[in-house]
Amino acid sequence: MESGFLPRTRFQTLLDALHRAGYRCVGPRVRDGAIVYDTLTRAEELPRGMRDRQAPGRYRLEQTGNPRFFSWANGPQALKPFVFAPQEPLWRSERNASGEIRFAEISPPAERLAIIGVRACDLAALRLQDRHFQEGVVADSHYAARRRNLILIAVHCTHPADTCFCVSTGDGPRATQDFDLALSELDDGYLVQAGSEPGRELAAQLTLTRATAAQREAAAREIEESAKSQTRRLPSRQLRDALFANLEHPRWNDVAERCLSCGNCTAVCPTCFCHSEAEEPTLAGDHSRHLRLWDSCFTQGHSYIHGLTIRADTRTRYRQWLTHKLGSWHDQYGRSGCVGCGRCIAWCPVGIDITEEAAAICGGGTHG
Amino acid sequence: MNNARPRIAVHKFASCDGCQLAFLNLGEDLLALAQAVEIVHFAEAGPVDPDAAVDIAFIEGSISTPEDAERVRRVRANSRYLVTVGACATSGGLQALRNFADAREWLAAIYAKPEYIQSLATSTPISSHVKVDLELWGCPVSGRQLLAATRSLLFAVPPWYEKDKVCLECKRHQNVCVMVAKGAPCLGPVTRAGCGALCPAFRRDCYACYGPAENPNAESLARRFEGLGLMPEAVARRFLFINGAAPAFAEAGLKRRGKPHD
Ligand code: SF4
Ligand code: SF4
Ligand code: SF4
Ligand code: SF4
Repeated sequence: MESGFLPRTRFQTLLDALHRAGYRCVGPRVRDGAIVYDTLTRAEELPRGMRDRQAPGRYRLEQTGNPRFFSWANGPQALKPFVFAPQEPLWRSERNASGEIRFAEISPPAERLAIIGVRACDLAALRLQDRHFQEGVVADSHYAARRRNLILIAVHCTHPADTCFCVSTGDGPRATQDFDLALSELDDGYLVQAGSEPGRELAAQLTLTRATAAQREAAAREIEESAKSQTRRLPSRQLRDALFANLEHPRWNDVAERCLSCGNCTAVCPTCFCHSEAEEPTLAGDHSRHLRLWDSCFTQGHSYIHGLTIRADTRTRYRQWLTHKLGSWHDQYGRSGCVGCGRCIAWCPVGIDITEEAAAICGGGTHG
Repeated sequence: MNNARPRIAVHKFASCDGCQLAFLNLGEDLLALAQAVEIVHFAEAGPVDPDAAVDIAFIEGSISTPEDAERVRRVRANSRYLVTVGACATSGGLQALRNFADAREWLAAIYAKPEYIQSLATSTPISSHVKVDLELWGCPVSGRQLLAATRSLLFAVPPWYEKDKVCLECKRHQNVCVMVAKGAPCLGPVTRAGCGALCPAFRRDCYACYGPAENPNAESLARRFEGLGLMPEAVARRFLFINGAAPAFAEAGLKRRGKPHD
């Protein structure tokens, strides 16, 4: 599995190999005070030495002077926007002069995309999105087209944020599945490990040196320490029964007082998949595009059925989010919908912490 | 043939004219609009016939004089659908700041002969005076909203009505949240979508020009602003602004107005 060692000074050769193979590289870059995924052409564009500080409702970056490119925990985006687009047209309809209506599919762009710096929690989330979008009775063609064209370069996570709890959900910090290449970042370079045939082909194009035992040990130690440094946790990996036994718990009222019903948690959550659809007719009325947009269980439209809004208040909307994510996902997909990335905690404008709410409702501690 | 085209009117009340510009700035779509409908009254664009019977009347501006309170009733009586456009017509607008002050005192401070000014003590939305069929929020509204509403009415289907929070659009555009990453007091979580999260896209905080969204929790957001270090009066000013007279914003703002620093 392990292919060798790539010195940091030769990181560009990885990007070059991907470019040669026809991929657009997307990787971590600093934009507007956060680490986001953006087009990457040169290794110098990587966030060298950047470190994030995350807390409920708060995210800040600082420069540490460290030479590493990946010494940070995940920013607001996951892989989700690259496979399940935030807004995209699905089809168009046209009406001709005699009043006939025709429908035509709008195909998604078939761009080959290499994503660099992917973390274990996001790979676990991608697994769940794959199940939802393409492993059911009918595969979502837009999702599947984008998914097919992805190559994933993972980095084992050595710098979890205070908001991370992937150890407690069993999804990190080591990347174990669904990557093409996985990197362990050390002070002077990267241990490179292939996880697929395209990954092996890619590694073969790099000039790698043999990895030493000391490098392997250092890499393993860093991942272990990263796991130990996480202090947040969910009370259990199976909270379905506890949640559904507590549907009238007073804590739902308490969180509804604080919650803005703004949907930021669901938008940053790498596993959330709800969408709404909208029509975009031209003024002449002869053409229309049919759009799919990210939606959220925190909107009114999400629970609207002809003439009736099922979840009109924030209490029932927050309860829907938690009982689905940590409860009925078990029935739908055989596991909880939470991979412990902590995004919903950091990017909630009022800092509502899913681990705290779950513990208050289900019992059990959040720090351990 | 032309007689079959729906007739529309654009009326102006107390406002800055910015929302009418959203029509005039439509470009090519304005020509398409002029084909699809007959514009019978739109003083800023040319046609003047304020008392014509129409299918759709668009109203810009709030009610701030006794004459306007009368005039809006005539518009209503002459129109099949009445659509308010913009913050002024929909919530009372910026000029509704006087609702929270002594309007007479302001008149006396500004005009040499205030007795010549006939103005109500409040600026109120059109819906406080007559039945409104559709409210388009924004300061100003966008051309996209006007076209979408007109298209729906021409199709005789209920117009799509934005009511979600700006945060949804903000995340769809993958902006970095200015509140979480910079501590900026963003009103996006209580504000109605429709602008495409314009301000956060330019790294600044939303100031709620699209008015309150459905199910807004202004009180929790106000507490959060205090947690970010804003003094009570600064929090009050965030809410008592362009749509300050909208009840959800007025409540959170007025609660903090005049409160000493704590
Ligand atoms: S629920 Fe929160 S912590 Fe869990 S995967 Fe979603 S965003 Fe991450
Ligand atoms: S939990 Fe936070 S992010 Fe989620 S809807 Fe409520 S306020 Fe918004
Ligand atoms: S920047 Fe403002 S509108 Fe955007 S997500 Fe943050 S709070 Fe919401
Ligand atoms: S972000 Fe807020 S203030 Fe800015 S245009 Fe949109 S609604 Fe208006």
